[in-house]
Amino acid sequence: MAGTQPARSPRQAGLPRHWRLILGALLLAAAVAGPFLFYPVFLMKALCFALFACAFNLLIGYVGLLSFGHAAFMGTASYITAYTVKAWGFEPLVGILAGTAVAAVLGTGFGWLAIRRQGIYFAMVTLALAQMVYFVALQAKFTGGEDGIQAVPRGRLLGLVDLGDPLAMYYFVLVVFLIGYALVYRTIHSPFGQVLKAIRENEPRAISLGYRTDRYKLLAFILSATLAGLAGSTKSLVFQLASLTDVQWQMSGEVVLMTLLGGLGTVFGPVVGAFIDVGMENYLAQYGSWVTVIQGVIFVVCVLTFRRGVVGEIIHLAQRVTAGRTEAPPPAAVAQTAPGE
Amino acid sequence: MGDYILETEGLTKEFAGFTAVRGVDLRVRRGSIHALIGPNGAGKTTVFNLLTKFLAPTAGRIAYNGRDITALRPADVARLGMVRSFQISAVFPHLSVRENVRLALQRPLGTSFQFWRSERSLERLNPRADALIAAVGLAADTLSTAAELPYGRKRALEIATTLALDPEMLLLDEPMAGLGHEDIARIAALIRDVAKSRTVLMVEHNLSVVADLSHTITVLTRGHVLAEGSYAEVSANAEVREAYMGTGAGGAAGHA
Repeated sequence: MAGTQPARSPRQAGLPRHWRLILGALLLAAAVAGPFLFYPVFLMKALCFALFACAFNLLIGYVGLLSFGHAAFMGTASYITAYTVKAWGFEPLVGILAGTAVAAVLGTGFGWLAIRRQGIYFAMVTLALAQMVYFVALQAKFTGGEDGIQAVPRGRLLGLVDLGDPLAMYYFVLVVFLIGYALVYRTIHSPFGQVLKAIRENEPRAISLGYRTDRYKLLAFILSATLAGLAGSTKSLVFQLASLTDVQWQMSGEVVLMTLLGGLGTVFGPVVGAFIDVGMENYLAQYGSWVTVIQGVIFVVCVLTFRRGVVGEIIHLAQRVTAGRTEAPPPAAVAQTAPGE
Repeated sequence: MGDYILETEGLTKEFAGFTAVRGVDLRVRRGSIHALIGPNGAGKTTVFNLLTKFLAPTAGRIAYNGRDITALRPADVARLGMVRSFQISAVFPHLSVRENVRLALQRPLGTSFQFWRSERSLERLNPRADALIAAVGLAADTLSTAAELPYGRKRALEIATTLALDPEMLLLDEPMAGLGHEDIARIAALIRDVAKSRTVLMVEHNLSVVADLSHTITVLTRGHVLAEGSYAEVSANAEVREAYMGTGAGGAAGHA
């Protein structure tokens, strides 16, 4: 449904190149046609979460660092954007840039502190720092406490396009997502990304090759926080709201879920995971509080039966089939899993 | 710069009340193959980790090429030209053999922080990587994932990766551990070849390999130096015989 580039495993190129191009074209076409088939706000929400999950996956999937405080970046950026747009009358793009920039600065500070620890301690440090942000969001004047910042105007993009129009807003969000996704994709497939993978695979060896691994981890953390911020800023314009939901620790947990569901360490997996997660929330809403129970069951089943996540399993299958020199499976399977199901 | 490329003075490491390494004075002659042997728990690997800065010494001093490196970080030691291997073969398992070697070649390009640049920019390193891979006999595996290689080949890949840094000094932590006869012969030949233009310090258990390969042997026991000299000198030492040879490891097993 969304995104141009199809899944590619960090380990090996998954599907053959021509399949990936076809799949990419199909997904892009689906993304363009999306708002005519689905409720635009649902798609925009899914795209924001997809970007958030991609940012998170950059850390866990490619550096092996589990951050449990990513809500802090998403939430902070959404507050900053909402406030600057509403109170200071910032143009929407400038508001988004302001929110994203603050998330980047916050990420630099948090990252600098957190990368000194590994494993569960890294997760705990990020969680503790994020809880501090939550406290500030709850207590500070400008965030509106429990009420949040409501009725944020979407404004006119560059003074030209009225983002109050759902279709215009959707395509704006789509472009933001594609830029963020392209940045993640490029980062993973860059000289920097190679070093990140080396650190994930064997950090002492990377050090013995002369890499000061802390600096690479810090840059990865900052990039991840920045993109999480971009997702948060955009989301606050979509919903015209910045609230405590976005800074709560549950949000940090939900992004772990999305990433695992879609496929940890696959570029496209988090996108699929986000669509499944948001889709479940949306289409199961009629069952009220049972949603969390159903979600929990689905999550447990997923983790037990396909541990690589949806996209991870598909890539694995494709590789097995290719290795067996049989015909490649229809890669459209990814496209079928992706949209709000 | 003197005859010695690496010198330590009173190198000591204590772990919570236990002294793993006590007052080790080690001098490694430039261009030699120097072996560090000793029974299990003698502190060989600890010395190794101290030399490469993966551990910080409690006391003592380390000088590399006449420069005090006691306070440096491990990545910086590697940049000075002293590169280590690991006891458990250290490859990047989910990357290809070529990518493994390229990671060592990539750093001097200065683009390693450039997340906006395509990884295709690394392809110009392929010829050099492939030459190094061929030199250790892995040409047929260039595109394989490192995890798929049998153990002996992983060790060869590790050496190729290390050589890609063109180090002045190599520190090998039990390079023969876990290898079969054929592989031992191959790796020993590789080490001898490498040492023509470099200094090698290796920790080893397999005495016959040490006998054939090394110019100088330092015997460690319970964290301190028991004896030092050529194989003939060391193996004639009564204390060494008692502490180490007595285990019968001096036999011909795995002769290179």
